[in-house]
Amino acid sequence: MVRELLEGNAAIAEAAIRAGVDAFFGYPITPQTEVLEHFSRRLPEEGRVFLQAESEIAAINMVYGAACAGARVMTSSSSPGISLMQEGLSYIAASCVPAVVVNVMRGGPGLGNVQPAQGDYFQTVRSAGHGDFHPIVLAPASVQEAIDYVGLAFDLADKYRTVVVVLADGALGQMMEPAELPPFRRTRDPGSRPDWALTGADNRPRRVITSLYLGSDNLERHNLRLQAKLEEIAAHEVRWKSYDVADAELLLVAFGTMGRICQTVIRVMRRRGIAVGLVRPITLWPFPTAVLRHYSAQVQGMLVAELNAGQMAEDVRLAVEGRCSVCSYGRMGGSIPLPDEIVQQLEIFAADIACDSPGKEMMP
Amino acid sequence: MMATPAGYGEKVAAYEHPASLNAVNTHYCPGCTHGIIQRLVAEVLDELGVQGRTIGVASVGCSALMYFYFNVDFASAPHGRAPAMATGIKRVSPDKIVFTYQGDGDLASIGIAEAIHAAARGESITTLFVNNAVYGMTGGQMAPTTLPGQVTTSSPLGRDVRTAGYPIRIAELLATLQGAAYVTRQAVLDVPGIRKTKQAIRVAFGVQMADAGFSLVEVLSTCCTNWHQTPVDAMEWAKRNMIPCYPLGDTKVSEKTRALMEEH
Amino acid sequence: MARGIVVADENRCKGCGLCVAVCPKHILCIADGRFNIKGYRPVEVVDPDSCTGCAACATICPDVVFSVYRYRRLSVPDSAAA
Repeated sequence: MVRELLEGNAAIAEAAIRAGVDAFFGYPITPQTEVLEHFSRRLPEEGRVFLQAESEIAAINMVYGAACAGARVMTSSSSPGISLMQEGLSYIAASCVPAVVVNVMRGGPGLGNVQPAQGDYFQTVRSAGHGDFHPIVLAPASVQEAIDYVGLAFDLADKYRTVVVVLADGALGQMMEPAELPPFRRTRDPGSRPDWALTGADNRPRRVITSLYLGSDNLERHNLRLQAKLEEIAAHEVRWKSYDVADAELLLVAFGTMGRICQTVIRVMRRRGIAVGLVRPITLWPFPTAVLRHYSAQVQGMLVAELNAGQMAEDVRLAVEGRCSVCSYGRMGGSIPLPDEIVQQLEIFAADIACDSPGKEMMP
Repeated sequence: MMATPAGYGEKVAAYEHPASLNAVNTHYCPGCTHGIIQRLVAEVLDELGVQGRTIGVASVGCSALMYFYFNVDFASAPHGRAPAMATGIKRVSPDKIVFTYQGDGDLASIGIAEAIHAAARGESITTLFVNNAVYGMTGGQMAPTTLPGQVTTSSPLGRDVRTAGYPIRIAELLATLQGAAYVTRQAVLDVPGIRKTKQAIRVAFGVQMADAGFSLVEVLSTCCTNWHQTPVDAMEWAKRNMIPCYPLGDTKVSEKTRALMEEH
Repeated sequence: MARGIVVADENRCKGCGLCVAVCPKHILCIADGRFNIKGYRPVEVVDPDSCTGCAACATICPDVVFSVYRYRRLSVPDSAAA
């Protein structure tokens, strides 16, 4: 395998092609348009389906249709476009068909800007659409991880017949760094689509894929099935990476690009003789609750660093259940902190804990 | 057992239950034209022999439960999105016959962009557009197709064109798009009209089978319940009031479609 | 003599009356004082002998109540019967 200099967005698209994606439907939006453009060139070369839809609403519904037909299918967008897709994501999840969605987050809320952010954590992790469900959410922090997690996303989507979101940000989408693409996987033969897919009721009972369950008994039963599936996912698919946690007295918790910055922060802190570790969740849903609960007994405090106003911090607090201090540090609007900034916040946090002050929010 | 009348021979079926339709009671109101139109679709699927490779996309409205009635694979789309879902299905399954079935709100309001773009792309799908000038499922609100002056639950004094504008003529609108191969407006308001509608539906599916582009059949229909009329009166009201606003006939017949029509 | 036979599955019928209005021979009417299993007054074939098998009823029926059969007309013999 060859390591090449790859742009994040293009690598995400190419990784999907290697993973055997049959179809991509999307719409341009900064900072992920290169995903669409890469697909527009490469998918026809591979004899697969590419279509630029008229809107993100249309795109997610094309994904929904193709997923019902049993094809391996994907879309990508960025924050405001993902908002448009929420209806479709809810329907896809409720219908139990597989789909992969990439969100290359940008500054919000509203039109915001095109700089990197992590402000869609709540939107994506809590449910990504109306109703009771969670997509599986994967958070890469490098171009290589983006490549790896796109492949993983298709596997998980197929395994559980659910929505999997790869939650990246504009920095990851736009950066170029060395990475390796995996070998090509075979695409699914159109004649051997899954046994639940809509392929025409030729000498078999007809199939219906719907999210409509009239009657409360009916719909509650369906929801219990969905919840059972989520429990199974939570039991088997939690992923995280941890750095220098064995003897940590303070813990950083961060995901994606902010997690990568924190990898440098802990090296700086260790050089100063301060025992800081990092837990970097890979699955934001299912959240590594048990991992954080475990470390909450060991560390004096956790600083949750994010490119938002403190969203994952809530899940950290829920996991920790008050056993140690939890503090949140966030930058917004596409402002990305240098490691020194977080080092400073950690020092303030450590001092606060030493003085027995309760955990508090810290903004710049 | 009736004796064969003099001068006549064997007994043949003039009409029997379509195979593509399940033999179940529908939830539609008595006299609802959905029953007629879905029956015509089933008859055409049977006659074309494509039931086993057809995938329908149900929409949101009174016809949302259509998948209970057809012996055909079905998906269920969000409101207005059926043409986008149908696009996704057809693009990954080009050998299947894919159709959508949509009402006024679904196609002419919330879903108008998806309908226009599917037609513009020349998607090889067939759309049935049921126009009864009102939103049925939600209890009779104004639709983009509601006539000026028509009383609905959200235009209780009659549609005022100064604030609510004018009806949208979908068949004429889509006919402007090059990707639309066959667009027509028919009516199921009497027996001859129903027969013409069936013929139009057959042409529309034929266009898809020949991969000749996007086809849409707009069908003028009634809504007895929300018009507060009997089924028979509703048919007459529609003939008198809807046809002048929505003229019947083909608005777009591409060359390929013309050739297909002449073949048969 | 009837040239056609119309069979009504009255438990599919919703009593909408469209068939009654379109039958050219007026052989259909909505039952009076009795209901089908769904609580509707179903259609009744009151004059089956006059049925021509035109299938107008089946064409307009939204509920696929009707099956219609026709007798095929035989060719007319060269020497007409007196």
